[in-house]
Amino acid sequence: MKNRNLKVRAIIIFAVTLVGIYLVIGPRRMLTKQDLTWTGIKQNLEQNINLGLDLKGGSHLVMKVKTDEYLKVLTENNANAALTAAQEANVNVAANNVVTADGTYSIELVPEDANNLPNLIEAVKRNVDLVNWNESSGGNSVTWSLPSNMQTLLKNQAVEQALKIIDSRINAFGVKEPTLQRHGAESSGQILLQMPGVDDPERVKKLLNADSNLQLMKVVSPPSPAPVKTYPTEDAARQSVGGALPPNRKVYEYIERDDRLGAVTPETERPKQYVVVEYPAVVDGSELRDASAVSRTGTEGDYQIAFSLKPAGADKFGQWTSENLNNYMAVVLNDQVKSVAYIKSRIDDRGEISGRFTKAAADDLALTLRSGALPAKIEYQEERTVGPSLGADSIRAGVTASLAGLAFVVLFMLFYYRGSGINAVIALILNMILTLAALIVLDSTLTLPGIAGLILGIGMAVDSNVLIFERMREELRAGREVIKAVDIGFDRAFITIIDTHVTTIIAAIILYLYGSGPIRGFAVTLTLGLLINLFSAVFVSRTIFLWLIQRNPQLKKLSI
Amino acid sequence: MFQILPNINVDWMGWRKPLVAVSIIVLLAGLISALARQATPGGTDAFNLGVDFQGGTVITAKFKEKPAADEIRAALNEIGITEPIIQDSLDKQDEVLIKVPLIEGAETEAAPGAEGSEAVSATQVELGRENVKRALDKFGKEADPTLALPDDPNAAYKIVGTDSVGPVAGAQLRTQAIQATLLGMVGILLFIAFRYDWTYAAGAVIAVFHDVLVTLAFFSVFQWEISLTVLAALLTLVGFSVNDSIVIFDRIRENVTLRRDEPIYKLTNDSINQTMSRTIVTNGLVFLAVLALVLFGGEVLRGFSLALFVGAITGTYSTIAIASPIAIWWQSKLGAGQMKEVTIDKPTEKLASASRRSVTRRPVTR
Repeated sequence: MKNRNLKVRAIIIFAVTLVGIYLVIGPRRMLTKQDLTWTGIKQNLEQNINLGLDLKGGSHLVMKVKTDEYLKVLTENNANAALTAAQEANVNVAANNVVTADGTYSIELVPEDANNLPNLIEAVKRNVDLVNWNESSGGNSVTWSLPSNMQTLLKNQAVEQALKIIDSRINAFGVKEPTLQRHGAESSGQILLQMPGVDDPERVKKLLNADSNLQLMKVVSPPSPAPVKTYPTEDAARQSVGGALPPNRKVYEYIERDDRLGAVTPETERPKQYVVVEYPAVVDGSELRDASAVSRTGTEGDYQIAFSLKPAGADKFGQWTSENLNNYMAVVLNDQVKSVAYIKSRIDDRGEISGRFTKAAADDLALTLRSGALPAKIEYQEERTVGPSLGADSIRAGVTASLAGLAFVVLFMLFYYRGSGINAVIALILNMILTLAALIVLDSTLTLPGIAGLILGIGMAVDSNVLIFERMREELRAGREVIKAVDIGFDRAFITIIDTHVTTIIAAIILYLYGSGPIRGFAVTLTLGLLINLFSAVFVSRTIFLWLIQRNPQLKKLSI
Repeated sequence: MFQILPNINVDWMGWRKPLVAVSIIVLLAGLISALARQATPGGTDAFNLGVDFQGGTVITAKFKEKPAADEIRAALNEIGITEPIIQDSLDKQDEVLIKVPLIEGAETEAAPGAEGSEAVSATQVELGRENVKRALDKFGKEADPTLALPDDPNAAYKIVGTDSVGPVAGAQLRTQAIQATLLGMVGILLFIAFRYDWTYAAGAVIAVFHDVLVTLAFFSVFQWEISLTVLAALLTLVGFSVNDSIVIFDRIRENVTLRRDEPIYKLTNDSINQTMSRTIVTNGLVFLAVLALVLFGGEVLRGFSLALFVGAITGTYSTIAIASPIAIWWQSKLGAGQMKEVTIDKPTEKLASASRRSVTRRPVTR
């Protein structure tokens, strides 16, 4: 082998090793003297490697989904929809009585003319989904009430839905390997979230509970070019529709968000405005396909949200906009009008929420919009910091046992393969350092399943060396000279190593794509370990042999 | 050069029938254990699923002087709770969270009716609390329920909270894990079929299934607890098993190219024998490293270590007893003509495996 080739190989190996070691134990700032001491190294190591809940612990958050509120809103929405349905069927409703307290959820409607009762019932049932409700009509009124078993069922569904939404929000926010589970009795509506070290727990808490109720609504106003009709007070807005608000109208405050640094007029000091909008909304958040934060000028405090609609929502929206050209449309977020615009042309599936957001606020809002609206608000009930779920004592025992196992492997390799065993040990140590370095670069969180992947990677690293060495021994026994034996040993074993590694990497990639949480952790460390193995066990080990041969080309005996 | 088993010549494939019989017996034992346990009312389930998969009860205990986690675990073990999760509370140093799995048979005590599920979890919580109290009484009395812990001079601890918890890894994660693993198997199957032949692909993948099922059989028969860590161990043993099969297949592929006229039966035996020292070194090291984990890895990692331990043995065994015989059996069915042409990149090179023809005591013309 040529001298130059060997030099290039050596330089590559040294560079990679140095970078790997620095990534693992070096600080993420300028190096100081402190970093070279034992405590400094330990500190940096701890900071660089993110350990999961099972190995390090984290925050423990018990929250409760306000399921009563969920049923209350559900009842009220159904009542509104029922009144709208009655109005559309030209049945005047004399009185309505909505009860949402003490475990009773009911809607009572009294038509002006008792003879219209069957018409009313039919109209409501056609337009409102009341399958789960008990209907009772007597005299001149009809009542729908939610039976208690249905209440339990719906509450349970609400908690499950909240669980899913929280899960998607927490993952989208980038919290690694959280655990999320039901907590307490089924009826308690509690959820337990445990997450490993998070930089800003308050932001996470706020994000999880954020409202994301987006509605696109028609503003009651003369069409453009007349300016949009706004009212200075809520009362004035109500008066415009005749005092009492009919069920198909809503009055919302109109505030355009402005997070700019040194905004011209702070939000609170701007004059309040109100608009009247048509209810229900043309499309709402459930029709969203995607939402993202986009910058208008690239400066902080100048972000807005661009969103797109699912096909069904886009059809509805496209049709509606083409029928309402020049009318005003309001983008309502959490019962506040964020922006009003007149419809210039048909809009299909794209829109934006203008207003000046900071980047963080826009990101969080886009994220909550994507994950969907929570069925009800959640409240935080208990918060504490917990230790590792595997228990500090068992982790110590596990580490001790693994180190003992590793020490045994090293000693055996040195004893059994003698001089060549040194190669194997160097390759092994390099493999561990580089795998950790790769994990740090990817900012992954190490959990026990991840360590299992690491162990399999190390096992296959040892196997690679054993395969190479056994093959060399075979060739030496067959009477081949050292140089030839080394060459054939590597070449032949390389085919085997490639096959075993590629097979396992394929499986690991599939596990990563289709698995979640702990399975992904396993797949990531395994894939990294194996890729690095091709470098450490084959490239590095071979370089050492090449160096040996180059030093003494007449080498008659190999220490193996 | 110190060598384990330098030249052996064992007719492994001659042993295939008794070996497969052993596998079938173990798998049947597992199946019977799983079915019988599942069918017996009030008894144990097919598998002993831990808090991770099943949920359980979490008890928050406040101590005047908190014992070490392993002392608490030992106390719980004494009264028969084998796999508690003990988690320190770092901001409230005197408190500890103890998660215990569901207590089997408690369902039968619950009052039947519409609120059934509610009643069950109430009894589970009560039972869990009672059990933990029984264990913790070893450290001293529990405080009077009406008094705060510092106000009761005779008390050592107080249970300040009990709640049931749902599974961390619910049914969804379980199905997802199984689906992902099966898809992974398909990937392995395709790749081995591409690099070798369908017969080998089938052998390797069936061997992997065999290994996972044998490990699960052990977990059912001995009722070792299955936690999330066991899931990780199962994934690991899948990788280990495939690796082992491929090493042998690779040697068979090489030998097939070099010794075209010999029957595959013989080539397989020779390949296993030629790689035997590698098998013993690698798998022996894995076995011993895992043994260290079983012996000294501690209570919490027991399930993980045991799964790896069983997997290390069965992964090695299944290559010889399952993967190779299946490949041979299928090839004998297909006949040589239908076999995919398997070649290595440099068949011209005269290799050591070829020069060891003397072992086979049969001249071969190439």
